[in-house]
Amino acid sequence: MPQHSPPQEQPLDEKLLQRWEARGVSRRDFIKFCATLTATLALPASFIPQIAEAIEDKRLPVIWMEFQGCTGDTEALLRANQPTVAEIVLDLLTLEYHETIMAAAGHQAEEAKSQALEKYKGKYLAVVEGSIPTADGGVYCTVGGDSALNIVRKICGNAAATIAVGNCAAFGGLPAAAPNPTGAISVKDAVPQATVLNLPGCPLNADNLTATIVHFLTFNQLPATDGLGRPLFAYGKRIHDNCERRAHFDAGQYAEAFGDAGHRQGYCLYKLGCKGPETFHNCPTIRYNEGVSWPVMAGHGCIGCAEPGFWDTMSPFYRRLPQVPGFPVEATADKIGVGLVAATAVAFGAHAVGSAFRKGDAMESDKVIKED
Amino acid sequence: MLEIRYVWEWPVRITHWINASSVILLSATGLFIAHPFAIIGVETMAWARLVHIVVAYAFLCSVLFRFYWMLVGNQHASWRAFIPWLTAEGRRNFVKMLRYYTFTGKKISYEVGHNPVAALAYLGIFALFIFQIVSGFALYGQYAPEGFWGGLFVILNPLVSSQYLRLSHHMVMWMLLGFLVNHLYSAWLMDVKERNGTMSGIFSGYRYIEPEDL
Ligand code: SF4
Repeated sequence: MPQHSPPQEQPLDEKLLQRWEARGVSRRDFIKFCATLTATLALPASFIPQIAEAIEDKRLPVIWMEFQGCTGDTEALLRANQPTVAEIVLDLLTLEYHETIMAAAGHQAEEAKSQALEKYKGKYLAVVEGSIPTADGGVYCTVGGDSALNIVRKICGNAAATIAVGNCAAFGGLPAAAPNPTGAISVKDAVPQATVLNLPGCPLNADNLTATIVHFLTFNQLPATDGLGRPLFAYGKRIHDNCERRAHFDAGQYAEAFGDAGHRQGYCLYKLGCKGPETFHNCPTIRYNEGVSWPVMAGHGCIGCAEPGFWDTMSPFYRRLPQVPGFPVEATADKIGVGLVAATAVAFGAHAVGSAFRKGDAMESDKVIKED
Repeated sequence: MLEIRYVWEWPVRITHWINASSVILLSATGLFIAHPFAIIGVETMAWARLVHIVVAYAFLCSVLFRFYWMLVGNQHASWRAFIPWLTAEGRRNFVKMLRYYTFTGKKISYEVGHNPVAALAYLGIFALFIFQIVSGFALYGQYAPEGFWGGLFVILNPLVSSQYLRLSHHMVMWMLLGFLVNHLYSAWLMDVKERNGTMSGIFSGYRYIEPEDL
């Protein structure tokens, strides 16, 4: 974590609040927004004024690209159910190019993209949603006649920074799951020299994207990351360690089946295959859709969507352990293990019978004295 | 003349029994962690994990101490005893022992310390021990990725992925339990056939050797 010394505590500038009010954002909403962001970034409350100032009148040009994805991340960003939040967020960004929401189409849109690239070279933020196919020369995803690979190389290579949103862009996601027919790779693998921040999740949590952008605007740098390029403020802790069902986990109280008594009482979902114990994300603390809920709260185990290769390594989603490679589906790790021990016991049992009837193999000197 | 020889020094015996009880306790609590259930009034999972982690630390210390003793202990405790095929004699005895086990040879290769086939198995067991310690503490480290054990997790996670680390940790437990069956059987067999105090040796340290048979 970069160390920022906390500024002196001070009230928000009155004029600043009035300017937001003139734009239709009540001071209450604005202060709440800044406070939530500061908390999401794990910064002390004394940073609120600095953040409030940073997000005023700063507009970050953004080129948002989508490749092999499902638009879930765009949805997550646009479906803010409190309009003011959406307003403030969209105010922070100038979306120079975004296939889903821009008005322009065809050549016009492509032109807007290349213009933005020229005009804001080295200053704009590239956001990528979806993975990049590389098989067969990248033919599996092309936009305006150019391959995704070429486009990310150009756009991310000239950006101030790139944010890979969702698991597909961050780690390859579903398209990269075995057998990966399109040769899908992550943005970082496609453009290794670019500065890429990963915000995985399926979809990403839009609050983490907002917080990342605000961090960038406030401190002129991307937040500190873990070994997988994910910001620590959002991916530094394990779901299981912040989960509201954790007390049931420790007490040994588990839902055994969906809809059973334990499930209805909100018991831990561990035995239903919850992957909270191996997934790093801030879902339990910030939740989705402005804090309304998150999967475990809704009664479904975590599927590990913020982790690399989750579609392959976290499945079967309703079992604790993965399939043992090379064995049929019904063979769980324990069945194989019990079989192994049983086979050993049988083999040595047979050996014992053979050895017991064996004559003349024991060490026996002539001095052996048999007592009557 | 039958000689009484001090073969297994105290660190060998102590670490042997700590390792043995650790494998049993860790497997029992590990199986519980994989298939937990409730007992009214007991924080079952919390206790199972506590015991698992505390015993894991004891096991770690024991294995490390045994490795240290491989360097300073007597010839039977030494690391050299675990790679029998380094010497011509070791190779010969290895074949002899293997033939005895497969009913194709008549005599046991009579040894003061480990027989060469057993020594090879123990080499594998030590490898599995290291694997269990590394994978186990890496999984444990997930609660604090910036911590000491978390560092191990951060290195291993991109290479193996935590779920496959967990699966292998689980499967190696079954292999160790399989080894336990084998080990108890072989100890019985050698005690019966060698007639030199194989079983009591691991308690007392002494074995009864007929130098003429060597
Ligand atoms: S529901 Fe999942 S994340 Fe929550 S305590 Fe249980 S296993 Fe852990």
